[in-house]
Amino acid sequence: MSDKEASPAGDGEDGGPVLARNCTVDAVVAAILLVVGVVVIIEARRLGAGWTSDGPGAGYFPFYIGVIVCISSLGILWQALFSKSRDTGPFVDKLQLTRVMSVLGPAVLYVFAVVFLGLYVASAIYIALFMIVLGKYSAVKSVLIAVVVNAVFFLMFEVWFKVPLYKGTLEPLRFLGY
Amino acid sequence: MDELGALIQGFAVVLTPTNVALMFVGITLGVLIGVLPGLGGANGVAILLPLTFSMSPTSAIVMLSCIYWGALFGGAITSVLFNIPGEPWSVATTFDGYPMAQKGRAGAALTAAFTSSFVGAFVAVVMITFLAPLVAKFALKFGAPEFFSVYLLTFCSFVGMGKGSPFKILIAMALGFALAAVGMDTVTGQLRLTFGQSELMRGFDFLIAVIGLFGIGEILLSMEEGLNFQGKSARINAKVVWETWKELPRYWVTSVRSSLVGIWMGITPGGATPASFMSYGLAKKMSKTGSKFGTGEIEGVIAPETAAHAAGTSALLPMLALGIPGSPTAAVLLGGLLIWGLQPGPLLFVEQKDFVWGLIASMYLGNLVGLIVVLSTVPLFASILRIPFSIIAPVIVVICAIGAYTVHNAMLDIWFMLGFGLIGYVFKKLDYPLAPLVLALVLGDKAEDSFRQAMLVSQGEISIMWANPLVGSITTLALLMLAWPLISKVLHKIRPPKVNPLAAQQPVD
Repeated sequence: MSDKEASPAGDGEDGGPVLARNCTVDAVVAAILLVVGVVVIIEARRLGAGWTSDGPGAGYFPFYIGVIVCISSLGILWQALFSKSRDTGPFVDKLQLTRVMSVLGPAVLYVFAVVFLGLYVASAIYIALFMIVLGKYSAVKSVLIAVVVNAVFFLMFEVWFKVPLYKGTLEPLRFLGY
Repeated sequence: MDELGALIQGFAVVLTPTNVALMFVGITLGVLIGVLPGLGGANGVAILLPLTFSMSPTSAIVMLSCIYWGALFGGAITSVLFNIPGEPWSVATTFDGYPMAQKGRAGAALTAAFTSSFVGAFVAVVMITFLAPLVAKFALKFGAPEFFSVYLLTFCSFVGMGKGSPFKILIAMALGFALAAVGMDTVTGQLRLTFGQSELMRGFDFLIAVIGLFGIGEILLSMEEGLNFQGKSARINAKVVWETWKELPRYWVTSVRSSLVGIWMGITPGGATPASFMSYGLAKKMSKTGSKFGTGEIEGVIAPETAAHAAGTSALLPMLALGIPGSPTAAVLLGGLLIWGLQPGPLLFVEQKDFVWGLIASMYLGNLVGLIVVLSTVPLFASILRIPFSIIAPVIVVICAIGAYTVHNAMLDIWFMLGFGLIGYVFKKLDYPLAPLVLALVLGDKAEDSFRQAMLVSQGEISIMWANPLVGSITTLALLMLAWPLISKVLHKIRPPKVNPLAAQQPVD
């Protein structure tokens, strides 16, 4: 990356050191998209991007899509690395990343929990823990809100609109009969 | 006046007790969605779509479109009271709405915002009533090349009229098409881009993408700011409403102009956000009190709100008449039509008269109901914003997960949603537009089909896109749009443009 000289690796406004700059992330994303584009082109050619006996092949359209992705990502890559007007503003600073991860991390764990416990139980635990750990609420209040929210969801989906939700491989709510 | 007769029949279809009740439910849910951070028109409708699977298509579309109107109304509440635009199209409303609230005129600002929303939507619905059947009739003669040229125009318009890097618009679009191609090829039955994963055979559902990109992505963005709401309180009573209503007719020129801007930007896929900015800019330029804009002028609230609502409503015209949505939310509604077994497009006006005119009638009623609901319940919705973010955030993640799961009853979709959320966050921060991605994902298969059919007819000759004056002019216009960023660059070299101070604040939509 050639953005080192753009500005000293100073602090963000008040959120601690800037961890990444816009042009850096821009370049990385463009590079990833370039790979995606190449993969699409290769796959399209494998499927037959040309003319078959009964018309355009399955890869005919995706081939051109892949070409557009490649050209555009090269354009963005060029702008992000060499353009004079590239955006060297901060993409994310330490405080922001911590905040984002404090939502994203638990969300990933939550989806893992859904696989085993089902949507209702996992959601209740997730909301309660989120409130206790990040919101600093008392345990009683958090659990109460979590249970009430999920009871409302349960009534709305299972009882009123008759849309069954995922119960998990362990089916902890089997005793309810739904 | 065939349309009026059909419309009256439409009212008869809609005015059943169940449908009217669903209207109120829809508007209330919609305002709620518009007010909450992370839930907006598009993903709100996407999440609630599965709830309607068991309803009749007419009841379902009545409720869903009312959610949409509600979300359009709801965006104004957060803009005026909290200076936080709940939706991208209400950014322009904050310019004068929030200063008005600071001066203690929050009630007047909200009344003006809601009323002009209603006016904008009403004008747009009248336009739809008379124009949509004509467009549909005209489009009945379309063949594959014509349809593909319209798709082309839709997507090229994003490049020509969009804000930000044209490369990013192009890539967002192409990425949408690539994601749409994943799964079984509809023509040859071959599996495409699945890399041997049988779960990918179904492909990526755009509803999942919408929920992830707009829902989870938005939550991550809001979390980054470490939101703490500092809101003004609003009290709307009959007196404030009446006083404001007496004031509004003075600004009828602004209303008319904003409605027209909105209608134009809504039919072409410019969308509600650019419409609101354009209208605000025009009002500032043309108003006698233009220099005072930004300090709490009621006209500065009327202009963007009228245009945003007119655009949001007009976006349904191409969706109904051509099967090509003008906005992500219209795209989600179109996805709903497909799920209920209706084929959007010109034939809808012939084969599903009840449905189409029921929908149009519900637009009239829905906006009226919306106006009544929001005027009477503003304090309630404003208080929702005072619920701390550490409660709202996990609840919204849960709602998104439930929404993603119910689309196909597939656990894998929840993972996809999370992935799309991350993409949405990064794209939003880097100013990649999300609307073209979603529209490409929705229209991918249909655009590809029409392209293949066109190529099949001409045996691979691209000249079929100029085979007759109609298709030729649409294609030429599309290519002009595509090249517009280059053309405007050249024009700027010749004649440097005036710098538009508003443009910097317009979000990439």
